[in-house]
Parts: sequence; C-alpha cells; structure tokens
Amino acid sequence: MIKEVLTGNEAIARGAYEAGLAFASAYPGTPSTEILENISKYKEIYAEWSPNEKVAYEVAYGAALAGGRALAAMKHVGVNVAADPLMTSAYTGINAGMILVSADDPSMHSSQNEQDNRRFAFFAKIPCLEPSDSQEAKDFTKLALEISEQFDTPVMLRVTTRVCHSKSIVTLEDRKEATYKEYKRDFVKYCMLPTSARVRRVELEKRLEKLREYSNNTPINRIEMSKTDMGIITSGISYQHSKEAFPEASIPKIGMSNPMPDKLIREFAKKVKKLYVVEELEPYMEEFIKMMGIEVIGKEVIPNIGELTSDIVRNAILGKKVKYEVPEIPARPPILCPGCSHRGFFTVANKLRLIVLGDIGCYTLGAYEPLNAIETCLCMGASVSQAVGFAKAYKGEKKGKVVAAIGDSTFIHSGITPLIDAVYNKANVVICILDNGTTAMTGHQEHPGTGKTLKGEDTVRLDLVKLCESIGVPHVRVANPNNLKETETALKEELAFDGPSVIVFRAPCVVRDRSTWKKPLKVIADKCPACGLCFKIGCPAIIKDKDGKAVIDPILCIGCDICAQVCRMDAIVKSE
Amino acid sequence: MKNQNMSIVFAGVGGQGVILASDLLAEVALIHGIDVKKAEVHGMAQRGGSVISYVKFGDKVLSPIVEKKSADILCSFEPLEAIRYIDFLRDDGYAILNTTKNFPLTSIFGKIPYPEKPAEVVAKFTNKVYEIDALKIALELKVPNVVNVILLGTISQLLPFSDDEWIQAIQKKVKAKFVDINKEAFKRGKEAIKFN
Repeated sequence: MIKEVLTGNEAIARGAYEAGLAFASAYPGTPSTEILENISKYKEIYAEWSPNEKVAYEVAYGAALAGGRALAAMKHVGVNVAADPLMTSAYTGINAGMILVSADDPSMHSSQNEQDNRRFAFFAKIPCLEPSDSQEAKDFTKLALEISEQFDTPVMLRVTTRVCHSKSIVTLEDRKEATYKEYKRDFVKYCMLPTSARVRRVELEKRLEKLREYSNNTPINRIEMSKTDMGIITSGISYQHSKEAFPEASIPKIGMSNPMPDKLIREFAKKVKKLYVVEELEPYMEEFIKMMGIEVIGKEVIPNIGELTSDIVRNAILGKKVKYEVPEIPARPPILCPGCSHRGFFTVANKLRLIVLGDIGCYTLGAYEPLNAIETCLCMGASVSQAVGFAKAYKGEKKGKVVAAIGDSTFIHSGITPLIDAVYNKANVVICILDNGTTAMTGHQEHPGTGKTLKGEDTVRLDLVKLCESIGVPHVRVANPNNLKETETALKEELAFDGPSVIVFRAPCVVRDRSTWKKPLKVIADKCPACGLCFKIGCPAIIKDKDGKAVIDPILCIGCDICAQVCRMDAIVKSE
Repeated sequence: MKNQNMSIVFAGVGGQGVILASDLLAEVALIHGIDVKKAEVHGMAQRGGSVISYVKFGDKVLSPIVEKKSADILCSFEPLEAIRYIDFLRDDGYAILNTTKNFPLTSIFGKIPYPEKPAEVVAKFTNKVYEIDALKIALELKVPNVVNVILLGTISQLLPFSDDEWIQAIQKKVKAKFVDINKEAFKRGKEAIKFN
C-alpha cells in the first residue's frame, strides 16, 4: 500500500485519475490551479487550459454528455463566470459523471472576495461534497463521480484554500477505467427549449428528493458520538478545527452539504444538550437547521468573516477574548518582482498622471506603495468595460487621461467582448494589454497566446494584434514597457487619438524567462543625490542607505535598467 | 527521547524556499511513520510577500494550522518575519533566525523602520533565540539556494528523526543531481549551532 503526502489539489487529481476520468478542464485561479497541473501529468486523461471558466465548464459538460467522465476546476469567482451553463446543466443532467470543483478562498489570501459557493450548489440544486483533508479530497472526488452518474447530475466538490494547499497523508490506489457511456439523442433531456425545460424542471425536484434520502444515509454524513453535553455540526476544514478545539464533543461530520441530511440532524439534535454549528463564511448549514426548528448556536459566536482555526473556534465557543501582542513592524505585502515588465508601464503612467483602471493579475500589485498606479480592480476583464463607461460618463479633471491595464491571459479570458463593445459603440478608450506571455500570478500557466497547451504541445498562437485589428480597433500598436521613452510616446499618441486604441506592452515575465536577465546594476555613490526618484519605481532590489542614497542588492537585481532610466544624474550603471 | 508530537512554523519571504523546507519536513515525518499535516498559502502572497508555512506531526494530526502560542519551533528565513509570527511560538519555544535581512519597500516608504536588532525583539518572547548565517554557509558551498536545507539541518537536532530518514526525504524530494549538495548543506546546518 503506497502512502504519499499530498496537497488537497494533488489528491483531487489522483482521485480523478483513479476514477477513470477521461476529460479535465480549467482556467487557472488560486487556490484551484494545481488540480489541472497535476491531472495533466496523467497521460490517460485529456486535460486543457480553457480561455475562461465558462468555457471550461461547457467543454467538460460536452465531454460528459459524449460519454467520458469529466471534471472542471476553478476558483470560487470562476464559478460566477461559469454560472450560466451551471444552472441549466442541473436541468439536463449529464451522461457520464461530471464534477465541478469550486475552490473557495476564505480570508481572501489571493482573491477579490470570499463568497461561499455552497450557496451556488444550493442555488443550482446540485449535490455538494466537502472534503476536510487530502485523503477525503481523493475519496470524495471518486464518490462525486459515482453520485453524478447514479443521479444524473453535475456534482460540486467544494474545497477551500486550507484543503487545497494543505498536505496530509493519502493512500494511493490503481486506476479503474470507467465504462464509456454512449451518447444517445434525447431532445427533451438535452435541448432546453421551454417545452423540454418545463419537463426537466420537474425532474430536478424529484432528483433533489432522492438526493436528500441519499444524504441521510451516506457514510460521508456520519455521527462521531462522544459526550452528550455538546454537539458540533460541521463540514470541510472546519471539522478538523472543531475536533481539535473540542476533542470530547459529539460531531455530525457533514461530507455532503447539499442536500442537507435533515433526518440525521434531527436525530442527533435530540441526543445532545447544547448544539453548535461550526462553518466558515456563510451560515449555510445553520439556516437550514434553524428552518427545521432546531435550536442551534452558530454565527452568534462563530465569525462569518475570514477562515477559522482551532483556536478561533475554541475561543468563540468559550466566549474568550484573546489578543496576542506582536511588536509593530513594517508590513510585507506582495510586490512586483525585480525586473518585472509591468514596472516600466506604471512608472510612465505615474509620470503622465493617468487614471489606470486595473484588472486581475500580477499587475494589480501596481496599486500598492510606492507605485500607487492602479486605481480599480473588480473582476476578470472589467478594466476594458470600465474604460468604456469612463469614456462615456467621466467629466473630471483627468479626462483624456484614463486607460485600462489588463494582462494577456486576462484579456483573452474576458477582455475581448468589452473591446468589441468599445469599437461597436465608438468609445474613445486606450486599452493597454500588459503582455508578459504567460498567466503569471497563478504560477506561469500557458494560455492561447503562448502557443503551447497545458500538456506542453505546440499549438496555434493567438495573435493579439491581429485579433484587435479584426475587431475593428483603428489603432493597434506594440511597445516595449522596459523602454520608458517608447512607452511614454505610445501612451501620449494613443491618448491624443480620438477613437479606440490598443497598445500591447510586450516583454516577457522575467521569473519565467531567465534569458532576459542581465548583469546587476550598481549605484555610483558620489553621483547619487539621494533624490529618491529611483525608490518610486518600487523595486525590491533598491535599498536606501543611512544617507538616503540608493544601494542596489546585486543578488536581487537582474539589470532591467528601469531605475537607470529614471535617474537624472546617471548615477546608476552596469556593474563590471 | 524527543517529542513525537510537534508543531513547527516556518516563516520567510516569497522565493526563499520556505515551502520546499516544509515539504521536506512533512516527507521525513511520513518516512518516520507518523501522521503529518502541513499548510501554507500559494498564489499572490508569494510575490515577494511574507510567507508562513505550518507543519504538525504526531500520532494523529487534525487541524493543519498551528495554534497561537503553541509552536515548538519558529524557523525564520528572514529576521523581520520571525517578529511578525512570534505569537505562534510557545513561551519556551525555539526561535531560529537566519540573519540575512530583506528590507520590505514599506520600511523605506512607511513610518515604521526595520528594527535594528530583530533577535533582541524576539528574545523578549523566548529565551531560546538562535541566530545562524545560513547564506554564508550556502555561499561557501557555492549554492545560494540551499539556505532552506541548511536551516533544516539546524532544526533537525530538535526533531525526532534520524539522519537516515532525512537523507531518504532529500533523495525523494530533490532532483538527483542536487542530492549530494543538499546532503552536504544539511550536514553543515546541523553542525552550525549547538543547542543547550
């Protein structure tokens, strides 16, 4: 019996493999990214990066209809993008098994919100499974596919950051090939015209009742009976925290949280004196239990903001307020790397005093000190659409100085449709595509613009310039963001142009492409006037000495030259 | 006999190799035949930001996250980060500080300066503070990025695993051509500090 220490994401990939999965798709997004990266290592499974989560969900749905077991993985906000096909796929059902992995991010370690996607499973009326460690992540993936086929429905596997990125011990098993389920024409089941949708709408409710019966009897909804003074209803990672905080409490561990096991909870509630529900984020189980008329304590004491830990759970239930003193020290937020190709763009944007509407990616870090360049961040692709809104409604003092900044992968994800809007509706916008040739923030994944697939095969490379031209953008140009003069000229000329324009600021991500690294620069101390200009580019390789002069850390510096370009005294030079 | 149930917190800056260190520790616990969990955050946080990784091992591990005031060892790859996460260390816990400073931009632009003597700040919380210049040793070995394995060598003296188990873990997690240099780094880290 082979045992390995796996992350939750690796375990989901392993479970998918063991269950005979045929097809997997995703758009990268923390904390879900490594699921597909790990699945792609199995040659038996077709795996792809899709341009966005809607596509990822739909191609997986197509594969499931066609007869192969399928999985689509995404971060919580990705499910918003995939919500349209999700809601109606619950009506049609699938053919071979299909899993939607929703990787939620309580505490927003790497996200713009912390929505609780169990609500989505409830909303769509599909089963929701919540593993609490890596072994369960593997087991529940396999079970989800079985439930999916048994009840003819997509199943949500809902995980959170601390399940995805925690490692624990997993027992490996062999792959068992799934039977290919032949696709058969069934117009009423698969073609959601109103006449057939009305038929399927009734089936959906019937299925949900059968699933509730299943939920009451499945071994993944189990009662761990101990002392009867206290009961804690809990699911997912909160189970581990609760069990650690109160080892003697009786715990109904909910592995399947939609539909909720009503009978199991009612029976359990009779057996304990005081009942709590411990869950991260929304009072999802709590509302259900309270609607059943059962007395339970939940969000009255348990925080609904941020992730839980065993000490948070213990202190909340015992009513203890604990605060640990830590000396005040400088914060260390994430920053653009030394040599980052986005730095030049932001430096010029600041010089020109632009309003930069931002998007989602590494470049969002341009919002922090000392760059303070990015002003907005909402969701994937929103910078382009916001620019259209600004072009039509903004009358402030910076009129004519508004640009959108969006990465290459994000642009392909959902920046193209709003760019069509800009052209169609004649919006005077400047869209800056910060093209570093990769999906950088999530760890350098391929995308349609890189010319490589998830499996590393060569493919057609999406040409961003030709794409924008074909949409009808009258001005499309490429500029090198590491050249400040070129960047400034491009921005000034396109801001002056009356009509939509696109500037593709193209330079590779230096973390990924080390061939771009040059010798580190150094400061000639005698020439440095301590003016602080080079500090403003926000490069972690530039340190301030006691006299306020700049010093360059030769280990961090990769010689990108931006600091030398901003220095008015020519004090920054190449080291020998 | 060393304790078989322990909580370790690793701290550092994105890109320093904190995660590989905690991976190796989790692996050696598996080889030793006990339960183990580890947790950290990937993604945005790693772009030069502060990084924390938790490892817990023992007969049965539940929550992967170390509770406040309960870590037996806080091993920080960067001195400032030891202060940031000092509330995880129990009162008599070991604080191991790599001395290489990394100045965050906020210490240049913000109001709060980088502390002059971080080890002295840490010493207010525990009397077991140990400093090690792991980068110096790494540079002697001509491989700057083995700082993490040097630090593992150092803390290995406080952990219940044999050298043989550590070598197995290194062989499993490190690329073949780097195994020897990592074994050497581990040994040098182990010799660098003698704990009382």
